[in-house]
Amino acid sequence: MEQFLQLLPQCLWDGLTLGVVYAIVALGYTMVYGVLELINFAHSEIFMVGAFAGTEVLLYLQTYGYLTGIPAPVALIMALFVAMLLSGGLGVLMERIAYRPLRNAPRLVPLISAIGVSFFLQDAVRLIEGLWKNAFYLTAPSIFPASIEISTNLKLPVKSLVVMISAVIMMVGLQMFVTRTKWGKAIRAVAQDRDTSSLMSINVNRVISLTFFIGAALGGAAGTLFACQYSLINPYVGFILGIKAFTAAVLGGIGSIPGAMAGGILLGILESVGAAGLGIATNGAMGAEYKDVFAFVILIAVLILKPSGLFGEETGDKV
Amino acid sequence: MLRRKSKVLVSVLLLVFSFSMLGGCASKAKTTGDSAANKIKIASVTPLSGAQAALGEQIKLGAQMAFDEQKAEVEKLGFTLEFAPQDDQADPKVGVAVAQKLLADTDVLAVDGHFNSGVAIPSSEIYAKDNLCMVSPANTAVGITDRKLPNVNRICARDDVQGPLGADFAAKDLGAKTIFIVHDKTTYGQAIADEVKKQATVDGMQVAGYEGITPGESDFSGVLNKVAVVKPDVVYFGGIYPEGSLLIKQMSDKGIKAKFIGPDGMDDPEEVKIAGAAVIGTYYTSPAADISRTPAGKAWVDSFTAKFGKAPSNWSAYGYDAMNVIMEGIKKAIVANGGKKPSRLQVSTAVRAVSGLQGITSTISFDDKGDNKGAKLYVAQFKEAKYPPAVVKEVNAFK
Amino acid sequence: MAKIKLLNQINPKYKLALQWVFVIGVNLLFYLDPQSGLLFILFLGSLFVLYRMPVSTRLKYPATLVILAGVMPLVGMQNSYYFDVITQVGIYAALAIGLNIVVGFAGLLNFGYVAFYAFGAYLYAIFATSQAANFIPAAVAHFPLSGNWFWVFLVVGAIMSAGLGVLLGFPVLRLRGDYLAIVTLGFAEIIRIVFNNLDKPINITNGPKGLSPIEPPALFGMVLNQPIHFYFIVLGVLILTIIIAQRLDSSRIGRCWAAIREDELAARSMGVPVVRMKLLAFAIGASFAGTMGVIFAAKQTFVDPSSFGFMESIGILSMVIVGGMGNIAGVIIGAVGVVMLQLNVLKELSQYLGQLAAQGVIHIPSQVDPAKYEKLIYGLILILACIYRPQGLLPAHRSLPNWLKKSKQDKAINGTQEDNTDVT
Repeated sequence: MEQFLQLLPQCLWDGLTLGVVYAIVALGYTMVYGVLELINFAHSEIFMVGAFAGTEVLLYLQTYGYLTGIPAPVALIMALFVAMLLSGGLGVLMERIAYRPLRNAPRLVPLISAIGVSFFLQDAVRLIEGLWKNAFYLTAPSIFPASIEISTNLKLPVKSLVVMISAVIMMVGLQMFVTRTKWGKAIRAVAQDRDTSSLMSINVNRVISLTFFIGAALGGAAGTLFACQYSLINPYVGFILGIKAFTAAVLGGIGSIPGAMAGGILLGILESVGAAGLGIATNGAMGAEYKDVFAFVILIAVLILKPSGLFGEETGDKV
Repeated sequence: MLRRKSKVLVSVLLLVFSFSMLGGCASKAKTTGDSAANKIKIASVTPLSGAQAALGEQIKLGAQMAFDEQKAEVEKLGFTLEFAPQDDQADPKVGVAVAQKLLADTDVLAVDGHFNSGVAIPSSEIYAKDNLCMVSPANTAVGITDRKLPNVNRICARDDVQGPLGADFAAKDLGAKTIFIVHDKTTYGQAIADEVKKQATVDGMQVAGYEGITPGESDFSGVLNKVAVVKPDVVYFGGIYPEGSLLIKQMSDKGIKAKFIGPDGMDDPEEVKIAGAAVIGTYYTSPAADISRTPAGKAWVDSFTAKFGKAPSNWSAYGYDAMNVIMEGIKKAIVANGGKKPSRLQVSTAVRAVSGLQGITSTISFDDKGDNKGAKLYVAQFKEAKYPPAVVKEVNAFK
Repeated sequence: MAKIKLLNQINPKYKLALQWVFVIGVNLLFYLDPQSGLLFILFLGSLFVLYRMPVSTRLKYPATLVILAGVMPLVGMQNSYYFDVITQVGIYAALAIGLNIVVGFAGLLNFGYVAFYAFGAYLYAIFATSQAANFIPAAVAHFPLSGNWFWVFLVVGAIMSAGLGVLLGFPVLRLRGDYLAIVTLGFAEIIRIVFNNLDKPINITNGPKGLSPIEPPALFGMVLNQPIHFYFIVLGVLILTIIIAQRLDSSRIGRCWAAIREDELAARSMGVPVVRMKLLAFAIGASFAGTMGVIFAAKQTFVDPSSFGFMESIGILSMVIVGGMGNIAGVIIGAVGVVMLQLNVLKELSQYLGQLAAQGVIHIPSQVDPAKYEKLIYGLILILACIYRPQGLLPAHRSLPNWLKKSKQDKAINGTQEDNTDVT
């Protein structure tokens, strides 16, 4: 038990860092689900594209020697900017090609289309990176190598602080956008009732494109932050993370933006604490390899008790 | 509108199918058109797509290099040779399908593969049905050769030799009293971690932890926090370099002072790129620590880089040596068969009988199970952040 | 559609003759030349043409039997690769039919179907290797069990998988569609991770090292481990699966499922026992997967957790949706398509391109080697199939009882459901 208490502070911090990455990706899932009732499986690949874009920008800066000249936050902002633009554009493109023709199809069909896009993007990025750099495992240069030590049990790496601050800025920004601006209101309207919104002279197609842009841009930003935090990326890095992030979105209540944030952070902390603590708790019978099981069991438990997730709204069926 | 859409779909499908039909026809023409009596195909089967594609690719390139070098000699004996690389996608059922395909193609006389033991075991059962020779460059599971199949051989070391080497090194050479074992929950990683665990207790070390991580993930802070608290002398990681290098980096970020030891899965130039300066002071065991130590080895590395435009990894060297053994066996079988195309059984026997072949990784001779008697293992340590690391210990890997 | 309209305009007698010529011709050619990839695909096509021919079933069934039980084995004896491919196709077709019951008939999103498949496979594997000796004392039984137990396990696997299905379904069937999807996904991951780690404290599944060698099935002392034996086993089980699925579809249970799928609230108001029917769908779907898992384990002689990942579930799901949800023949075609794509077509294509490169006709840099990009082509085909044919290759037809079907006069004017492909 004492060992566990020693572990706890660092686990909480690491879990929080992981959790905010999940949270931002989960935001993309939840926004798209809100307006289209579609699980966008390809969102994890957009995250991956953002990671590659950000890494390429940083590598470019490094090769040309600019990295030492510019302060690290500026380099990060440049990488984020490029990544967000690229991912956002990709998201809009994806929606146009693979989802818009399927607006009226039975709901499973766009799902399979999304999966097809996901496969396509994985190998496409691998192809492009293979041709361009002859390798598809990329390592992002480390621009925040320092670390703040608070106590023997708690070390705060600066890069995780940066990730967290950026994530909080993005989440707050999104929440303000959705609640305070006209376009945000339009998004909420379309999410609530698409047909009535179009009657209220809202251009539904444009709103959906905007939603995809924002969601994908956030996913791309998350990818760049991920690359900063963990350095090593490859075309398959989005897959597992995407499933976890979607689980987080569902945990928090899909369709709800605060829910996605809460779900992401909760999942990250659960995983981190579970990985370290399961071995101690079960006396070695179940170790860190069960941390995913732990997370999923909690998900199932939450859904059984509250079927629409933590912050989800109980939408009763209208007869 | 719908008609046009359906037309497009039909035409695209037709296009894809017709291309593959052409392919089918072409390969059919190839097998029946050419005089099959004098055609020999050698296949390499490794994962060429998916997460392990980089490693599978390196083995294939190594095999290809050996094939291209030896091709002329066999062609002088009056045969046309073809190299047929296959992709098993690291998936057992695809591996089995590929194995069936190779078995059905009578021109295929030997296989240089696989990479994953989980794929190799069922595939080798299929090869055994017609005694199709398989020389494995990278399968370390003990079950591969313990079945005593006459057509299955391997040139790399076994888990039950490499694992104990790591544990012994930690206990005797590093004087460690506690060891924390991490593995990646795969057939390879967990098998070798188990061997280390067994040997660690025999050597009198305390196993401070035995945890698994998920390959494909990047965040190992959960497990590493536990390591930081437990403070072992040595951390042993059973797995391959993508996760291992991240572990090294994150360990150093967290200020964990334990010494790191890994198996041959860690052996790759990318390890330095990923882990950076943190790699200094870490160890790993490998059948071929530094190919460029010898002049012959260095020449080989240079010609590989010149031919393929990228540096080889040790996996390429294994693929290269495995193909060389196969070529040697085929040459001997042709001669023993009076210059005619040998049967698969003859090739298997000839390959198994290969003795003392000087390879880039080791001197190759097979015992009655198919294990390489000349296999050596090295313990290497990174003294600077450059690949390859320096060799600190050398042992015979054959029990 | 212009093509199909043209075909429809040919005098039906000529069309029938053409179809017979095609079927018999292709089968003959395939028998004579068993190495050809093209003929293999045409052979599968001939089965489909036979299915659609407007002749009496008294002719169709024996003809299908001759093709499947006569021509295919004869070809397979000469080329065991195609035997393996078609056995795989058969296994996945049965799995797709099982998933079709859950997703297509009852409308329940199940992303974790592979969990039941894994369960069945491991069930047989544990008892058919010496693994079970680790936790069951030798006094009770001697492991590995002999191959005669295989047939028992086919049934046991079905029953226990059904039980697992009910266990999973019970807490989660209240959930709305997409929540159900993620929960089933989580469940499948849980099963896979548990199997991957159940080697301590008691070694039940041997973890990632897998279980092998698995006893092949045996019948009256004869050991069945040749591809031809598995072909017939899979064929038999597949036929049984089709019959069961068809009977379910046209039964009261099938109508309950259709009602639940269309509008759950209305179904409940009409007195349909929704929860029980959903559980039944889950259980039956799971039992098919369990049986096929047992067969898979026996055929591969080696199981490990890596064969049962999330990608498998997606693969089977795509077979169901691309082939046509709710339509048994469509689902089989979907299975054929996806398996052939993965195992056969793309490999041939990349081999062809590779040969061209070796001959110097075109130069492909090593990174663009087509063998590596199967997933890309698979993804592209999925997207295209969804956009241009969202109802599936063979859309579901509502199966009405005979007295509700259109009269012959109506059919003459409007065409039957099957010929009417201009559906939105």
